Amino acid sequence: MDGRDRDFVQHIPRLRRYARALTGDRGRADDLVQDTLERALVKFHLWQPGSDLRAWMFTIMHNVYVNQVRASAAAVNIALDDDTALPTMRATQSDRLEVRDLQVALLRVPEEQREVLLLVGVEQMTYEEAAGVLGIPIGTVMSRLSRARERLRALLAGGAAHSALKVVK
Amino acid sequence: MSALAVIEAELHAYVDGLLPQARRTEVEAYLAAHAEDAQRVRAWREQNQALRDLFDPVLAESLPARVRRPDLTHRMRPVLRYAAVAGWLALGGVAGWNLHDYNVAKSADTVAFAHRAAIAHIVYSPEVRHPVEVGADQEAHLVAWLSKRIGGSLKVPQLAPLGYQLVGGRLLPGNSGPVAQFMFQDGGGQRLTLYVRNGGGDGKEMAFRYAQERGVSVFYWIDGRFGYALSGEIDKSELLRVARAVYQQLNP
Repeated sequence: MDGRDRDFVQHIPRLRRYARALTGDRGRADDLVQDTLERALVKFHLWQPGSDLRAWMFTIMHNVYVNQVRASAAAVNIALDDDTALPTMRATQSDRLEVRDLQVALLRVPEEQREVLLLVGVEQMTYEEAAGVLGIPIGTVMSRLSRARERLRALLAGGAAHSALKVVK
Repeated sequence: MSALAVIEAELHAYVDGLLPQARRTEVEAYLAAHAEDAQRVRAWREQNQALRDLFDPVLAESLPARVRRPDLTHRMRPVLRYAAVAGWLALGGVAGWNLHDYNVAKSADTVAFAHRAAIAHIVYSPEVRHPVEVGADQEAHLVAWLSKRIGGSLKVPQLAPLGYQLVGGRLLPGNSGPVAQFMFQDGGGQRLTLYVRNGGGDGKEMAFRYAQERGVSVFYWIDGRFGYALSGEIDKSELLRVARAVYQQLNP
């Protein structure tokens, strides 16, 4: 019992990190975490002891997030078209990523791609784990990951600043 | 493209450290010969690192109270936890509350009422964005609406002389019907909630009673048709002072 409680608490910081990256907003991220924990509490009896509690909690967060996005059009960070001007971006010769640019660019990666990028890149889940959390086939994880990374790369490069940029659908 | 037939997915797996060692060496050989892919791989790897640099500091932040709270309810004794879970469900508007109802004796009913008030306080007082449904700027509307819904003429105590301003109120499901919750806040952001239901009192009075649940203090009493519970995370004597003021104002 105590052990499970400790496990429960142990995952909160990572849920917060993921929520922050996903929403780009501290208040909204903590709303998401709070809603996720409430749901996890109510559904705790459904968790199979011995299975991956972290994956289970991330799955709940994904479901809560998707519902919130659906429920509240105002809260959606709408992905802009590829050719939308990004005035805050600047093309840099080096590949070094600027923090401000990265935050802005990340929110311009479509939500479903952003989720994969963050679960893999930040949370360091395997592709199988990410597929389980998101409830999608692994092939979809790979294609979303690929699109997210190329999208982010293009955004950070200031949009086709270099001829070497490879366009990946 | 290459005799090694490296596919896109393998480049990602290489970046994410998910490729078996043997294959990693082959991918490295491939990248050495394909500058464009090598550049993409380098960029992806930098993305991973930059994203972690950007968001890892969140891990070290102290947790806001509202994020810790659900865990606290989880630590309750089983009976309280059941009450809390049922409370969360009911407060979330989930149907089927009656299935979980307590069927308690009448005397225990007021205790359950105090528990529910505490749970409602725990749920809503940490809310930053939506602490109330109707704000104090529409006080007249708030009172008229909640009075209509709970079926009795409500009054909101003026607690400003005690340092607490009205934030607003909301309608909640109670054990046997709608319940009103008013929220007050002092200059330091400390919040009190007044939970009011119609019925349960049989027209009689009941003196102040005190309960404590998960650090939330509750004074509850019955006055005529209404049952009241005042909840807050402040010390008992301060809460009693406010509870007396509420009682006196509602019984001029």
